[in-house]
Amino acid sequence: MAVNLRESPSMRIHRFHGGMRLDLRKQAALARPIRACPLPPELAIPLATRGEAPARALVAHGQRVRRGEAIGRAGDAHGTTLHASTSGTVVAVEPRPLADAEVREGLCVVIEPDGADEWLRLPPIADWRAAPRELLLERLRDAGTVGLGGGAFPSAIKLAAAQPTLIVNGAECEPYVACDEALLRERAEEVVAGAALLAHVLGAARTFIAVEDAMPEALAALEIALHDAPFAGAALAAVPTRYPEGGERQLIRALTGREVPSGGLPQDIGIVCHNVATAAAAWRAVARGEALTSRIVTVTGAGVAEPGNFEARIGTSLEWLVAQAGGYTARAARLLAGGPMMGIALPHDGVPVSAATHCVLVLADHDLHDDAPELPCIRCGECARVCPAQLLPQQLLADLCADDLAGAQAHALADCIECGLCAYACPSHIPLLDWYRWGKAELRAQGDARARADAARGRFLARESRLARERAERLQRSAAKRADAAASAQPGAPTSPISKDAVLAAIARARAKKRPPPAGGAPKDGA
Amino acid sequence: MRRFPTAGAPHLPPPTRVRGVMATVLLALLPGIAAHAWYFGPGIVVQIALATAFALGFEAMMLRVRGVPAAPFLGDLSAPVTAVLYALCIPPLTPWWITLLAMATAIVLAKHLYGGLGRNLFNPAMAGYATALVCFPHALSQWLAPAPLATHALAFGDTLSAIFLGHLPPGLDLDTLAQATPLDAVRTLARQGMTMPEIRANPMFGDFGGKGWEWIANAYALGGLALWWRRVIGWQVPVAVLGTTILLTLPFWLADPDLHPFPLQHVFSGGLMLGAWFVATDPVTGCTTPRGRLLFGAGVAVLTLAIRRWGAYPDGVAFAVLIMNGAAPLIDRLTPPRAYGHGHA
Repeated sequence: MAVNLRESPSMRIHRFHGGMRLDLRKQAALARPIRACPLPPELAIPLATRGEAPARALVAHGQRVRRGEAIGRAGDAHGTTLHASTSGTVVAVEPRPLADAEVREGLCVVIEPDGADEWLRLPPIADWRAAPRELLLERLRDAGTVGLGGGAFPSAIKLAAAQPTLIVNGAECEPYVACDEALLRERAEEVVAGAALLAHVLGAARTFIAVEDAMPEALAALEIALHDAPFAGAALAAVPTRYPEGGERQLIRALTGREVPSGGLPQDIGIVCHNVATAAAAWRAVARGEALTSRIVTVTGAGVAEPGNFEARIGTSLEWLVAQAGGYTARAARLLAGGPMMGIALPHDGVPVSAATHCVLVLADHDLHDDAPELPCIRCGECARVCPAQLLPQQLLADLCADDLAGAQAHALADCIECGLCAYACPSHIPLLDWYRWGKAELRAQGDARARADAARGRFLARESRLARERAERLQRSAAKRADAAASAQPGAPTSPISKDAVLAAIARARAKKRPPPAGGAPKDGA
Repeated sequence: MRRFPTAGAPHLPPPTRVRGVMATVLLALLPGIAAHAWYFGPGIVVQIALATAFALGFEAMMLRVRGVPAAPFLGDLSAPVTAVLYALCIPPLTPWWITLLAMATAIVLAKHLYGGLGRNLFNPAMAGYATALVCFPHALSQWLAPAPLATHALAFGDTLSAIFLGHLPPGLDLDTLAQATPLDAVRTLARQGMTMPEIRANPMFGDFGGKGWEWIANAYALGGLALWWRRVIGWQVPVAVLGTTILLTLPFWLADPDLHPFPLQHVFSGGLMLGAWFVATDPVTGCTTPRGRLLFGAGVAVLTLAIRRWGAYPDGVAFAVLIMNGAAPLIDRLTPPRAYGHGHA
């Protein structure tokens, strides 16, 4: 299976549980080469993706920006820098609808392009092999390099600690989605250079560049690119075409036979995964000083006239993008950000392309669910057979239907990767993925509520202990005072506690205080 | 800006539906039905039609009583599957009112009073058959002699009149037509002190089980393999039922072939083959975890053999399945698969 150029030719590909062979339907988008999407009349660049804290805008209304100029920076640890994707004028910084399930609306920097498309590049680091890793990490942060496989997670964070194994993921397994395959066919050398760069940053001894065995052109292009620019520890792997082979956890299992521990990260077992497009973007950021201002988006489905892959600027509206693909066909019935298994159905096309937008899929009415009604679960176990996380989806459904979140948690709901296979395989047509997303949101909300309650309890306990401590200190002080007084009183004979003179002196002091101040005396707020 | 209706993922239509699954089961039963009709005459066809009509009638009635929309459930074909499985268990000339009672038990009691499709604890077909067997043990043991041994072949009209009116053609009665089943024969003759080779010398026995019976069992196995190939059932339950049966009976037979039946005779007798492929594999009332399915199948085999050996009935598949149905939820709880990222590896 594995085509291995640098090392022993007998690499073993492991099998992950479940999965399904799906009708890939990628040919329509791959029939033409990648097209550059023309600049739209307006770009709305989102300052937040995937529910993270929005970045702070660095530009104001009316300001001129150039392509690659920083326009936003996130304050929190997970954030990154965002850049203008062409030159032009900032016409607004305002909330706009987004293609995100959790954040339906978010702050965007709206730019009116001037048509010049003038770059502001960072200084290229041509000799990156000699550069210190801190410098490269800083460059990736500054260039806004994020995961382009759909997660949009800042790449520098995943690269922060050295790891022995790097996986560059080109196993684009979801039907219709073909942006990675197009990239590999046309720009494999950028991907290989990026893989070498990421391996260098990680200090990885082993680098797998993985594609599915249904992508022979991509594999051939990678072979040539790796032959021309070999690097130590690199191996190409063709994994079986089986959804969700390209899922991070499934690919790790396929290539290494190991599993990421539940609740953990690949880093916990010394592995880091990056998408092929991320690798290419990282290489551009370092070697050419180009910030992330565009990405390849697959625009496809029976609902668009001329499907294809487009290099689109971040912030391009889907409406514009679909228009470049010949517009909608008469049968267009559903608009998706993402593929048909995990994608989000959008209510309208007035949302911008973000770093996470790998596919715009317009399904026709005949592609959609038939009108077969939802029936009760017949416990056929088909969902469990296909589940790549090896869960018991039918049991999770029973738990969630019974409002038993604890039961669902015990049945490892959190390990669901939301691949959608269970719902696809279900003969009763139960929307299982909707149930699990709801259950996970409920568990998160419960966790948040518990965290808030814990914090409140913590504050209360801290206050109680502080008050108790102060009381104890007060008692201690007064006890000490009494002891002092007793000690000082001991040498002399017991006298009356207060002398008459002292009382009179105190009364005189009080009277003096009560007397009004002389006119024009002390300032009013002096007292 | 163009607007679109939204929905949850996945957005592709599922390739299977309950009706399709049930239809595949019915198709896979066709070889068995054909073999049954070949050896025992047209009675099975009448019983299937009758049981299906009763089952659908009770289904419609219960859906109405429960206030559930009838259309999607009447079309799911689960009631016909119940009816056919029941019909394959009973002698072909069983009176119509026993079938009525059995279908009432199966659909009303075992299925809908537990919540309908997908919620029943016990296999409806086996609940109906077991009830009829317990209530009318004599009527349900009146099996005809299979075709190669039968002295009279009943025509379709005679079969109808036997089932609906209890009338047989002049000169015939059920006692002359009926013959003990091979399981019955083994049981009674062994109790009379005959050895297995002596018993098997009787012309009613074929290569493995009884003449005719063994070929019906082969037809069930063929249909069952088709179900496995079409991925309607997993391999675990049939392998566990048949494997456990052979593994448990083999040492006894090796130790004393005069006293104990040949392992394959167990496999090819009575309802074991039908049970292994079509009844114990019922998803609703069986186990869903892979290890649970192995345990479930093994339990069915052990209980069937125990009932055949020591029970009051010649065959025990229906009772064994019903007992294991009751244990299935517990077995499922005890045998969860190891989820990705949990435990070793």
